[in-house]
Amino acid sequence: MKNKKLKNKITTFLIVIAAYAIVEILLLTGNMSSLLQGLLVPLCTYSLCAVGLNLCVGYLGELSLGHAGFMCIGAFTGAFFSVTTADVIQSDTVRFLLALVIGTACAALFGFLIAIPVLRLNGDYLAIVTLAFGEIIKNVINVLYVGKDSQGWHVSINSQAELGLEPGGVTYINGAQGITGTPHSSNFTIGVILVLIALFVVYNLTDSRTGRAIMSIRDNQIAAESVGINVKKYKLLGFTVSTAIAGTAGVLYAHNLSTLTALPKNFGYNMSIMILVFVVLGGIGNFRGSVIAACILTLLPELLRGLSDYRMLIYAVVLIAMMLFNWAPDAIFFREQIVAKFKKGGREV
Amino acid sequence: MALLTVKNIGISFGGLRAVDKFSVEIEKNELYGLIGPNGAGKTTVFNMLTGVYKPSDGSIMIDGVDITGKSNIEVNQTGIARTFQNIRLFKEQTVLDNVKIGLHNHYKYSTIDGVFRTPKYKKVEREMDERAMELLKVFDLQDEAEVLSANLPYGKQRKLEIARALATEPKLLLLDEPAAGMNPKETGELMQTIRFLRDEFDMTILLIEHDMKLVSGICERLTVLNFGEVLAAGSTSDVLNNPEVIKAYIGE
Repeated sequence: MKNKKLKNKITTFLIVIAAYAIVEILLLTGNMSSLLQGLLVPLCTYSLCAVGLNLCVGYLGELSLGHAGFMCIGAFTGAFFSVTTADVIQSDTVRFLLALVIGTACAALFGFLIAIPVLRLNGDYLAIVTLAFGEIIKNVINVLYVGKDSQGWHVSINSQAELGLEPGGVTYINGAQGITGTPHSSNFTIGVILVLIALFVVYNLTDSRTGRAIMSIRDNQIAAESVGINVKKYKLLGFTVSTAIAGTAGVLYAHNLSTLTALPKNFGYNMSIMILVFVVLGGIGNFRGSVIAACILTLLPELLRGLSDYRMLIYAVVLIAMMLFNWAPDAIFFREQIVAKFKKGGREV
Repeated sequence: MALLTVKNIGISFGGLRAVDKFSVEIEKNELYGLIGPNGAGKTTVFNMLTGVYKPSDGSIMIDGVDITGKSNIEVNQTGIARTFQNIRLFKEQTVLDNVKIGLHNHYKYSTIDGVFRTPKYKKVEREMDERAMELLKVFDLQDEAEVLSANLPYGKQRKLEIARALATEPKLLLLDEPAAGMNPKETGELMQTIRFLRDEFDMTILLIEHDMKLVSGICERLTVLNFGEVLAAGSTSDVLNNPEVIKAYIGE
């Protein structure tokens, strides 16, 4: 079992690295359309988010529908840091790395604070409350105005005029218009590195004393308490790590756009559900599946663009097919047979 | 002084007095039985002892420490481990990992150690593996260490639950119907295992059981519960020959 886990981990890393190599080769030989090139960073963003949520859903066993909200926090704190320190920190790379740390930490902090009341609930109740928190985060950011002049910082939740900035003052967060002028620091390489780091963290975390404690709560909370597992602590820890990864994804997302706004499209519950779809279709508790599902389902609508009207129809069919392939007992049996055949063939050679 | 001293504990659910004035003293290294008809309140007593329910009155002391009203997590850390009447394993994890979760509070390294695979992680994990395998060997489960616990046969699941409870290094082990659903051969093996635990692990054991062969075979003293009250208590042979006990529980 130890070896199986290690093998699984290494296979995942190899797949991600191989995918990266293929994309780089395509880019170098100029065989990639600009449309696809534009999707590379979002692919990493959604993979990260799906990995984060899978930790929460698959290992902690709690359904969160608010992960887009935590992504939103990461995006805005990261972008805010980058914009405000543009004059102070010259190097774009250093600024971006610091923004990543800050965005991740802020998302983790909010995740932690929200988890304290929320994790007293479970099941459907928890899902609904996290959904509400996600929406609250998005809506608060939509009415937030932050600016700075010689007097110092000004904050308002009504309008930009209320900030009362002196001439020459700068508005950093402009309500529904969000943050503009975020540097374009994200690229595919950094995205892939972040995905690899996230995978490293979640794989090692789940295969450790901490991970076993987290999974014991998922499997049977009463039994976990009866063997002295501090259930509250490990629930909080699992949830916080999960939100931190969503926050990292947010920073990556924000630094790929020049204008960052909190719309229902990118940080609303639709996105939360979309991430959950990646997790469920990729396999609950299967991080590699999350990454693959996130990539396929993000690419698919774009690749099918030529089919215009039939696009969403095919997309829906693919969703159902993936579901069957991953979860139907017959399909699982079929897959195991294929794998067994390959192994046998390998030995004969 | 007795290892476990329970004085007059009681609890009500709504208007029902589920357990009333339950007292017991269990000496170190004793094998003690708790019997009674269905619904007499035996499992409720276990739930109060382990902190799942808080008794409305009375007190519970283990090894000189008052654990009345403590949470079940604290109770386990103070030294009481239990198994459940309806088996509660960590089904999606392997047999070995189930026991390692039991070892959680005795073999420690931080989350950071775990993520970065520090030498400390490797050392402690190795120690955990060794200790867990030792425990599995006691229950003859060493060959199934890598099997998902949900896939074990019923009798072995019961054994694994005991192994997991033992991993928490308790002073007192509570077994809730350990022989339920076992055939006579399995029950015979279980009796030997329980005796082995008492002798080799120096364990004190309190068990609930309906199988009279097991109860009369290994328990040294018994308490009989009926309608939430103690009907009789004393040495096994005295209690089982008590006419009132025969009338209430065994049948005339």
